[in-house]
Amino acid sequence: MTESRQAVTGDLDAMRREEHDLVVVGGGPAGLGAAQAAYDEGVDDIVILERDFELGGILQQCVHPGFGLEYFEEELTGPEYAQQFIENVAERGVDIRLDTMVLEVTHDRTVYAVNDEDGVTEIDAEKVILAMGCRERTRDALDIPGSRPAGIFTAGTAQRLINMEGKLPGEKAVILGSGDVGLIMARHMHLEGAEVEAVLEIMPYTGGITRNVVQCLEDFDIPLRTQQTITEIHGNDRVEGVTVQEVDEDFEPIPGTEYEIECDTVLLSVGLIPENELSVDAGVELHSVTGGPIVDETRETNVEDIYACGNVLHVHDVVDWVTEESMIAGRSAARSLQDRVETREEPIEIESTGKLRYVVPDRISTVDPDREEIPLYMRVHAPMEDVFVTLSSGGEELTRTFERRAEPGEMVTLNVDSDTLAELPEPRLELDVVQREEA
Amino acid sequence: MQSETDVLVVGGGVTGTAIARELSRYRLDVVLVEKAPDVCTGTSKANTALIHAGFNADPEKQKGRLNVRGNELYHERIQHELDVPIEWRGALVVATDESERPKLEELLEKGQRNGVDGLEILEREALLEKEPHLSDDAVAALWAPTAGIVNPFELTVGFANNAVENGATIELEAEVTDITETDDGFTVETAKGDIDAEIVINAAGLYSDEVSAMVGIDDFEITPRRGEYYLYDKQIDIDLDTTIFPVPTEVTKGIVVTPTDEGNLLIGPNAQEIDDKRDKATTRQGLDKVLEGAKKTVPELTKQDVIKEFAGLRPAIKETGDFRIQIETEDPGFINAAGIQSPGLASAPATAELVVDLVEELRGDLEEDPAFDPDYSGPPKVRHMSHEERAALIEEDPRYGQIICRCETVTEGEIRDAINQPVPAQTVNAIKRRVRPGAGRCQGGFCGPRVIEILSEELDIPMTEVKLEEEGSELLTDEVKQPLLEKSREGSEVNADD
Repeated sequence: MTESRQAVTGDLDAMRREEHDLVVVGGGPAGLGAAQAAYDEGVDDIVILERDFELGGILQQCVHPGFGLEYFEEELTGPEYAQQFIENVAERGVDIRLDTMVLEVTHDRTVYAVNDEDGVTEIDAEKVILAMGCRERTRDALDIPGSRPAGIFTAGTAQRLINMEGKLPGEKAVILGSGDVGLIMARHMHLEGAEVEAVLEIMPYTGGITRNVVQCLEDFDIPLRTQQTITEIHGNDRVEGVTVQEVDEDFEPIPGTEYEIECDTVLLSVGLIPENELSVDAGVELHSVTGGPIVDETRETNVEDIYACGNVLHVHDVVDWVTEESMIAGRSAARSLQDRVETREEPIEIESTGKLRYVVPDRISTVDPDREEIPLYMRVHAPMEDVFVTLSSGGEELTRTFERRAEPGEMVTLNVDSDTLAELPEPRLELDVVQREEA
Repeated sequence: MQSETDVLVVGGGVTGTAIARELSRYRLDVVLVEKAPDVCTGTSKANTALIHAGFNADPEKQKGRLNVRGNELYHERIQHELDVPIEWRGALVVATDESERPKLEELLEKGQRNGVDGLEILEREALLEKEPHLSDDAVAALWAPTAGIVNPFELTVGFANNAVENGATIELEAEVTDITETDDGFTVETAKGDIDAEIVINAAGLYSDEVSAMVGIDDFEITPRRGEYYLYDKQIDIDLDTTIFPVPTEVTKGIVVTPTDEGNLLIGPNAQEIDDKRDKATTRQGLDKVLEGAKKTVPELTKQDVIKEFAGLRPAIKETGDFRIQIETEDPGFINAAGIQSPGLASAPATAELVVDLVEELRGDLEEDPAFDPDYSGPPKVRHMSHEERAALIEEDPRYGQIICRCETVTEGEIRDAINQPVPAQTVNAIKRRVRPGAGRCQGGFCGPRVIEILSEELDIPMTEVKLEEEGSELLTDEVKQPLLEKSREGSEVNADD
């Protein structure tokens, strides 16, 4: 690294120093839910640090309905959903700092944040909740060859440009990836007057939830082409077209299946990556599958007093689950501050086997008499129909829950009640998915 | 725009800007014209970013002599004068088989003949201690401590801005369309109007054959030779200290693995001759070759953690494989600085020195301008400051407290500084080259819209006119709903039956 040659001549003691019980990094739905729950559990010295000009995170650009069906039991738009929580934290007098970027979180919970009003603030925090959300995978991370013209956007960037800037990123689009953001943007581009030539998906099935496939593609006759991908992007200054190929079972392009689509825009919806650069610098260990921290059921990471929730922990498909999870983190951090947490002599390890990609949390390490059940969040590798999610311990099956469909795009939740936990044959929980006929 | 000048430089790459800046030392009227909306948009923006030591340079060729001299000038002057990241990391040429050892000896001798300092052969043990990530097959290496890495964008912009600070004029979006001879020089026709110049210097890179042909010098041809690259995230677990070359063959220098000034890893380039001077597309085959070649010396590399693939074009003169820096016509004076392929970046300061000598040959002694100031400073690099320094800076200027790009932690102040430089950043890529928003792992996904907004505000143009790079690369096409309104105005049939 090269030092800047410009010597700063100002006051090197200009840094503000503060102490707070709880610092929440990120003011999206996860940060808001965590702050609200921590306050309601009796902590009133809470600071939310949000880098954008308003709270609400990515919800503010999700102007479509479909939020809140679980939590509010009514259908809201993203901004409406966010607004509920923004008002809740405001009412509770939480200290909210906007346009404030966290530069660093240390292993011993010193948080450095910067904005143009206070300069750099060093906060000594008793507890830190990480709620930084995620970012979108880029064209470069996908290794798509070709030129690098204007007109290649991630779906989320396009969404922001349309909904917050009122600008169309293009007139004739191809969408790569059928994640929820891509599906939503296919519909959105169409409604704003752009042509959507196709949605391409390398997998044999869509990455988004079924509701979005129906409401965003089928209702508008936008073609979805599975097992196809873009193998080259053309155009010097602006995108002029793409080469598309079918892929085999190993996702390798099949020679001879190439065809061209003329377009001026490529939108990418090819995966979300939990944004954990701050976490890693703080010494937080990440899970190889989720890309988020490894946590126990209170959402505490391997670094004591640092918690994580929301999309920074694992990517959720529905914001309602983010809220549920962030409230667990907020409540747990608060109870720990008040010394109301009893640690188990031996943690209960949670393992997913076979057809499950992952399960969150990784272990149960506390005892909490006020807690009736613990939700376990998991995802399957591939779509399955008529299955049982089984919960076992030491080879002994404890519960089985029927799911008519289980898809990679839709998180499966299973609640384990305290009574079950109290009587485990071994300090382990094993989760699996079995076909009904096998069962 | 100015209608006459003593010297006109064509091309705003590292060579042209270094020449303009070197000429601005003297009492001369200097104008540089560039066809793109910014400097550093051609070969200078896509290369391996190395200041070669000069051990592999042919001392019989211009490029060999200028490489060694260029490296000296970076050490002696440029690194102290321009606010540009240069790090003397040194280079290793790694033999992965005993059969390659004689080639190391050959390079050592050649380098010593060229006057390259500090060369030595390191054996396996010393080598692996220096670079633990090297292949187990490494047997020995040539160590060249004077090799360096540089940020080519900031370098070119630094030359350009310093030239302007010292009285040169840089005209962007001024493509040269024709050159005609007059009684006392040339009239150069550009997209922005005509300029009469006593001397014309052609540093037009890929297009230098075409510019040269405008004055009748058409005995050479530029063949674009494409090189492809992978750039890795700073957080990759492979830490390299030095620039690593494989042992070169007759055909190629091989795939280089090098750290960049910002702490990324860069691998490349392959070499493929192509026809189209605008074709900077990467290819599946080429990228695969690059990775395969890089694994020869650093086997741990995979596609994991790649944040960017790109390609650049070397403007090579195939017949000679050398630079062509010479006076082509004396009356009026036309100088070519053409065929500047690798090691063009390493040679740039020496190329500029040589071109000034050629200008002196044509004009007689040049008079130094006592007001010339070689020192240039860019915007503060807030990302490299300690928390305390940052706090102090924001107290002086709050714009440095508002972060726009989170991956590279670039502030609003730096972005506005970039737009308000002597050579202004007027495009998204121009800002990226100067202060890095969009150069990180999310590739502008988060900061892109914000950068477009700031550009639109500073340049006082609608957001739909903000360009990525050149004409035609506007990022946003319409206001929302605009295509629908246009369709309905055209009276196209709306489904009346629905």
